[in-house]
Order: sequence, then structure tokens, then C-alpha cells
Amino acid sequence: MPELVHTGVMKKLINSPQEVVREALEGMEAAHGDRLRINYEPPFIARKDAPVKGKVALVSGGGSGHEPMHGGYVGKGMLDAACPGQVFTSPTPDQMFEASKASTGGAGVVHIVKNYTGDIMNFELAAEMLEGDGIKVETVLTDDDVAVENSLYTAGRRGVGLTVLMEKLLGAAAEQHASLADIKKLGDVIRGTGRSMGMALTPCTVPHAGKPSFELPDDEIELGIGIHGEPGRRRVKFASADAITEMLMEPIISDLPFKKGDDVVLFVNGMGGTPLIELYIIYRKAAQIAKQHGLKIVRNLVGPYITSLEMAGTSITLLKMNDQLCKLWDAPVDTPALRWG
Amino acid sequence: MEYLELKNARSWIQAAALLIAENAAMLTQLDSSIGDGDHGENMMRGFKAIEKKFEAEGAAPADLSALFKLVGMTLLSSVGGAAGPLYGGFFLALGKATAGKDKLNKQELGQVLEAGLADIQRRGKAQLGDKTMVDALAPALQAFRERSDDDLAAALQAAVEQADQSAKATIPMLARKGRASYLAERSIGHQDPGATSVAFLLHALASACQTGS
Repeated sequence: MPELVHTGVMKKLINSPQEVVREALEGMEAAHGDRLRINYEPPFIARKDAPVKGKVALVSGGGSGHEPMHGGYVGKGMLDAACPGQVFTSPTPDQMFEASKASTGGAGVVHIVKNYTGDIMNFELAAEMLEGDGIKVETVLTDDDVAVENSLYTAGRRGVGLTVLMEKLLGAAAEQHASLADIKKLGDVIRGTGRSMGMALTPCTVPHAGKPSFELPDDEIELGIGIHGEPGRRRVKFASADAITEMLMEPIISDLPFKKGDDVVLFVNGMGGTPLIELYIIYRKAAQIAKQHGLKIVRNLVGPYITSLEMAGTSITLLKMNDQLCKLWDAPVDTPALRWG
Repeated sequence: MEYLELKNARSWIQAAALLIAENAAMLTQLDSSIGDGDHGENMMRGFKAIEKKFEAEGAAPADLSALFKLVGMTLLSSVGGAAGPLYGGFFLALGKATAGKDKLNKQELGQVLEAGLADIQRRGKAQLGDKTMVDALAPALQAFRERSDDDLAAALQAAVEQADQSAKATIPMLARKGRASYLAERSIGHQDPGATSVAFLLHALASACQTGS
């Protein structure tokens, strides 16, 4: 008997709120079993050819509901393993421990962690457990969300869009057998030179909660939203795509470290419920604004790559680029969600 | 009642599982207001996993330390979020602090719970007033300590009353840790879900240590 779930409030293509994560993993296994190995107890997604001998292993993870991140980025040229938590809930240390053990090729493990209290604590515990087993672990944080203004009195800036770029770039470096220390160093450079900001047109509904995570009047948008629907800087009146793009680009560009003449990658992300046609309208304006500020867009990415379930909205990420990063960006990648070269 | 023994510890965990399950919707509601709306569900999943472990292993763990370690490891691997490491670490600290002991008097139980609080503060880096679990647990343990007699049940009753009061006292606080901190001023006016689940855990402990139980 299918479970009756909050009819009239939530309309989702699920069988049971409790089985969402496991059944999605089973689907990934069915679809991508040629390149991925799915472990269920505890849950993680690993490269089919893991461990790759002599290569630094890249392991990430986080709450589910942001697909394709992180599981969709497991594969050659990107992550070695990803740990899916429950929807919007950090995964647990045993997942990261087992995923890291299964991936380590003897050159150490890098954990890519988004700056959220739960993720930090769980990865920290896993790193302690791995060190206890003699496995070297370095942690690279992403905390690129400029919407969080007062990071002194909060848990700090959240890790958002930059995480996708981080996983691609470090993944390429690891594939070329860069050392653990070099990958950590590169990760910290990327962390320091990437900035993002997002917005929501609508809230989203966590399956087991059964109702929207927040309420947003029809004529308002949440500016500076986090990827779990955390509130941002402020609510503002609904506006045109161009005006909204300006509201996102201004805080990103005015935050360090961009200056005239810099090369950048411009990443326009969809939150899950916004169609690509609208993302291109955002990209069009964002590219104009970048050019007005003397920024040179040398690479780009447009699409839903780090989502919040069915939330409608977008986020913009800018990352400073150089020749080394462009080469890493262009390096071959073969994952379910990102594939080129 | 003078001592907490293995059977009381076991009923503590069972009572906690019940209380959490009964109040999961309420915890989730609190968490939806200032967090990400998963605290009730996560805690319920964790305590259900403990019950399963108890059943699977046939008999209860042999001593206090083993029991708390099992509870800690299970919460760590099943709760997720921030509550997993915080509550998991709390019970692991209890496990360490009870090594070699088969019963705890009032003073010893106080010390053991303090060790749990210290672990939560070390991992979560929260201070009093940050609107977290610490704001219920620290004052409750102080109330427990301040009871001068050796009656466990009475001291726990004092702790529970203080925890309830302190959990409510998080309502006007401005969150400085965890996801609620992103709300800044908007976190004012809501009771902290972590402080609330701490109060439930203490209620369960008190009910497991009532005279005659």
C-alpha cells in the first residue's frame, strides 16, 4: 500500500518520504552502474574503478536534495566518492569514513566540505577516525555565499555554487596525480577567490516535512537564499530578470577579490524549479554586468548544478581564473552530470 | 533514590525514545521556524536505530559504559545534521566517564553529565546565550549540582524544571550558532529546538530515576 502523504499540500513523484534517498540511489545504480558503484550500508556513491592507485581521493557529501550535487559528480576527473545524507541533512561520519576507505589509493584523501555546522562536524569526526587508521586527510572548505554579511556572529558564509567548480577543478588536479598538499593549496586558493549569491522565487518542500520550508508572498522574492531555503539578506518586491541579476551581481562583484582585467568563470545556476530559458536570460545580463566591470569571462557554466529540490530561483557564482585553472577546467571529466573532453 | 544503575540507564534511553517520538512533530515545527525543519525526524530516526540495536543484540549492553557507547555510536551514524555529532559525542563522553563503574551516585552522575556537556561545547563551540542545546543543558546541570542532598530523583527534578525554563528562555535570544544564526534578528521570538530536545532527554532521565523505579 502506498503511504498517503499530505495530499493537497505536497505533490511529488515519490513513493514514501522515508525511502526517497534510498530509491534515488537505486535509480542511480540502474542508470549509471557502468561507471558508479553504489554502497547502501552506509550509503555512498563511488567510482566504479575506485580506488585508483597512487591518486589522491576526493570525497564530498552533504544533504540530499541538491542533485546532481554531489553524487552526479562522481567519476573520472571529478569526485572519487560522495556521501548523500537525508534530504537537507548532513551525512554521518561512518559514511565519510567508509567512502574514504573505499576510495583511497594510498596518496591521501581530500574532503570537500560546504560550510554548514552539521557538515563540518560530521566530516571532522570522519577525518579523526581516518587519521586513527593512518589515512592522511586534508579538508577544503567552500564558504562563498556573500549573502551572509556578518560572518562573525553566525556560522559563517555558506558553501554554495563554488562547490561545483571546486569539485571539477580539484578533480582534474587529482586525476593528473597532483599531491595531497598541492590539492589542498589549490583548494584554498579557489576558496579565497570565488563568490556566490542566490535568490528564490518560491520555497521548496522537504518530503518528510510535507510542507514548504518557508512562506513567500506572491509579490516577494528572497534575496540571498541558501541552498536549504535559509533566509538571505532581505525580502524584496518581485522584479524583472535584469533587476534581479543586478541585485545578485552587485554584492558579488563588490566583495573582494575581483578587479578590472580579471579572468573569471561565470556560473549561472538553477535552483531546481527554474527552466534553462530563464537561466539564459539571467546569464545574458550577468555577462553584461561582468563586462561593464572589466571582468573577462573565460569559461562558463549554465544550468541546474546545485539545486534545492523544486525551488524556483537562481544563483550566480564568479571565480577568478588563471591559465592553470583554465587547463584544469578543460581537462576531461566523465560523470553522470558533467561530461566533456 | 541514591544510585543510577544499568537498568535506569536503559530505561532512560527507552523513555527518551518515546518522548522524542511523541514530540517529533513539535521539534520539527520549532526547527522549521529557525532551522531546516528536520530535528524531530532526525532524532526519532536515531532513537529508533538504538532500539533496533538493543533488539538485535539480544541482551542489553553489559555495563553503563558499553550502553552509553552504543547509544553514542548509533546516534552518530544515524542522526546526521549537527545534532548527530553533538548528541552522539555527548553519549560517547558519558561512556568514557562511566568506564569501570556499575552505578553512579548523585555527585558522580553530575560529573558524568558535565563531561557530556563539555564534549558538546568542544565540538559545537557554543557559549551560553548563543541559543543552542547548551542554553538548556548548562543551567540544568547547575541546578542539579546545587541540590545539596544525595537524592538523585530530587536533583533530577530540579534539573528538569530548570531545563524547561531555560529552553523557554531561548525564545528572546539571537542565534549565533548553526543554521538559525543566518536569520540574525529573525531568530528572535522562537524557541531553540536543540535546547528543547535537551529538556526532553532530561525529562526521560528523571522519569527513569524516580524513587522505586
